[in-house]
Amino acid sequence: MNLSTEISDGKTVLTLAEQRLDAHNSGELKDFMLKLLEGGSRHLVVDLSQVSFIDSSGLGALLSGQKNATLRSSVFLLVGLQPRVRSMFELTRLHRVFEIYSTLEEALRGE
Amino acid sequence: MHGETDVNVDIVVPNQTRYLGLIGNIAEQIARELVDYRGDRDALGYNMNLVLTEAMVNAIEHATPGETDKTVRVWIHIEDEDLCIRVYDHGQGFDLESVPMPDFDDPGEHGRGIFFIRKLMDSVTYRRTESGNVLEMRKKLA
Repeated sequence: MNLSTEISDGKTVLTLAEQRLDAHNSGELKDFMLKLLEGGSRHLVVDLSQVSFIDSSGLGALLSGQKNATLRSSVFLLVGLQPRVRSMFELTRLHRVFEIYSTLEEALRGE
Repeated sequence: MHGETDVNVDIVVPNQTRYLGLIGNIAEQIARELVDYRGDRDALGYNMNLVLTEAMVNAIEHATPGETDKTVRVWIHIEDEDLCIRVYDHGQGFDLESVPMPDFDDPGEHGRGIFFIRKLMDSVTYRRTESGNVLEMRKKLA
């Protein structure tokens, strides 16, 4: 899976350079987020702006990331959901569960 | 009666998640080329991609986990205004009716695959046949 991280003002931005987040690569994302949180990341922003397709496994991986962040009192934010991806969050009502921002700039400012 | 958008695609792939994208993208492409379809072809394409992905994951990870030498057969049939997608597996099978709805108030990591399929298709059945179990998903395109 093509993942990259960048630290901005103490906040970790995890970018998924993938079109699909599905059962083939969601396990890798889940493990990667857990390692970041175990490594001390207190503010994790997951940038999904390049992801045009997500399945139930992808949603499950993000839920895992959020739960692991909450356990460690870390902030967990999602950013850049494409319309079809967002509609999957809405169908499963997960848009009410996650803190979602439109742009990375807004997420980093916490607006 | 066969119209110009009739489709009959039969694909067999190895029992591996690396093929989810390939099959999903084929389904999406088929939806985009349904020139007679009056609805949102992009939405239909995404939904076909998603239900096929979920059904294949069920077949790969739940029916015959780790058996990468096995295969999954996918059949997509569109005739007139009826879309039918079948995914065959060779596992023990499961009771579709006993699959619970996701808990929206206390969301867990798993258990949304069948929910997506039921939500996006008009009818879903799972039955045993001579050539394996088959998950059949149907949708009216008009």
